[in-house]
Amino acid sequence: MDNIVCFRTHHLNPPWSLQSYLKVGGYSAWKRILVDKVPRQTILASIKASALRGRGGAGFPTGVKWGFIKAELPGQKYVVCNSDEGEPGTFKDREILLMNPHQVIEGMCIAAYVMSATVGYNYIRGEFWEPYQRFEAALEEAKKEGLLGNNIFGSGFDFHLHTHLGAGAYICGEETALIESLEGKKGFPRYKPPFPATYGLYGKPTTVNNTETFACVPVILEKGAEWFLKLGVPGNGGTKIFSISGHVNKPGNYEAPLGISFQELLKKAGGVRQGHALKAVIPGGSSVPVLPAEVASTLNMDYESLAKAGSLLGAGSIIVMDETTCMVKVLARIAHFYTQESCGQCTPCREGAGWLWRIVHRITQGQGSLKDIELLEDVANKIMGRTICALGDAAAMPVLSFIQHFREEFVYYVQHGKSVVYSQRTSRSRKFLDYSGEVGGFISFG
Amino acid sequence: MGFVISQSEQEEIDRWLLKYPPHQKQSAVLPALKIVQEKNGGWLATEHLDAVADYLSLPKIAVYEVASFYSLFDLKPVGKHKIYVCTNVSCMLAGSETIVGYLERRLGIKMGETTQDGCFTLKEAECLAACGGAPAMQIDNTYYENLTPEKIESILAGLNG
Repeated sequence: MDNIVCFRTHHLNPPWSLQSYLKVGGYSAWKRILVDKVPRQTILASIKASALRGRGGAGFPTGVKWGFIKAELPGQKYVVCNSDEGEPGTFKDREILLMNPHQVIEGMCIAAYVMSATVGYNYIRGEFWEPYQRFEAALEEAKKEGLLGNNIFGSGFDFHLHTHLGAGAYICGEETALIESLEGKKGFPRYKPPFPATYGLYGKPTTVNNTETFACVPVILEKGAEWFLKLGVPGNGGTKIFSISGHVNKPGNYEAPLGISFQELLKKAGGVRQGHALKAVIPGGSSVPVLPAEVASTLNMDYESLAKAGSLLGAGSIIVMDETTCMVKVLARIAHFYTQESCGQCTPCREGAGWLWRIVHRITQGQGSLKDIELLEDVANKIMGRTICALGDAAAMPVLSFIQHFREEFVYYVQHGKSVVYSQRTSRSRKFLDYSGEVGGFISFG
Repeated sequence: MGFVISQSEQEEIDRWLLKYPPHQKQSAVLPALKIVQEKNGGWLATEHLDAVADYLSLPKIAVYEVASFYSLFDLKPVGKHKIYVCTNVSCMLAGSETIVGYLERRLGIKMGETTQDGCFTLKEAECLAACGGAPAMQIDNTYYENLTPEKIESILAGLNG
């Protein structure tokens, strides 16, 4: 019952071929739209009614986003797929590209039709060489079959879809940074407004959606908005690919209805590893607030439930931590990530992320003071809401939530110079936390 | 300015250029740098950057700032194979520290260094989006997951330096 949307070809061999995709009903929606000349508004209404929300992290209603594009206005428009997956804990788009690339292509075709865009790009992160090749092969198959190109199925509609390769930058997952990168520039997020719907790629109206979002679209049009909506819970249509990693027995991607309980999802991933107890969960990728076990255990995995619990569903990327985990050290690693990946454009993020990392690092080296804990909160609060894009908030939120829920661990570390978790083996060297040289380099870059 | 982009590299870049509007050659900077880097020892010297700028009719600075922004471009000499080890949260929880330690001992270098024989450069990666198979690493264009020291031995043996 679970692999019915993005992973619906998983049981076939090989799951990624055109033949396999056709077998599960693939491209039938696309063909029907072109042959019956289905009005754009009808498709848009379906997407809105399905309550499909952006799967890249923000959860914005896809139909509303598409509606921002004025399809009837003349001029070039673009659809862009964001396959720059890089949020720590997230690995679903890679599997979708590898296992079911045609569904992404079909979703992009339909989006292009709705918005009257004749050109599309799939921006794939530079590290994804294998998914890139798989997607390219799928594009070739689709072109040969006449599913892409000029005057598709005699409809008079043209759509040309290309891949673009990134080169290693988390920030390019932010949609305006992605557009800059697609234009061949540094990944600096743009001021908004204007939004990409009015001023996007090459200054033209552009819609950027996540890989998984596009992959949901064909199924909605095949089986109906109502069917999709009912898979989930009100306002949260469909299934979602949950990436589960960390201290579980069977880490991996699991397709499950939105609104599924955390407990049920944890069971799918084989539960917490043998002999250990759940301590904390990051429910939506490293940017979202961490939740302690007692909160996570009662959660339902949908956008509203997570917001109510004080976190975010994000990209559905669940990092599970058991009682052996030192929260100070996990935060140090997360803080290091945002220091590395801040693009350097906004001062509060460029400087603040470095401050956050250096302070947590100092604590892990046994050189922290109690004032440092307050300083962390102060710096994080001064980054929040003061940057062009959400990376600043993403750097701050983990800091605030880790301290909120696990303050006593930070206090213990400061007072004893060692982790409450690892207190028996302080002498253990932890090389991965020793990056002082790189951070200096980063600051001079800014 | 001794370096000239070879015919085959030009053809590869030209295939990318077809994807973008004719007046948007700049869009091909990332792919062009990747192509030139891979064909010229895995790193980009100033003459390579200048050649890409020339070929795409861009100011040099437009290429320099891109080359220095993205982590997959190397601006200093590297080994024949680049090993990117992920140490981000999910990999850390799965023991990436052991993997890093093993690789450093096995290759006799620290993170960021290159072996004396020029075979390997060891780099720390940010999340590779392979958390389901943590700990994970990438060597050149290939991902390796669920790493153990034994598995690393057989991977390195398969690369033949």
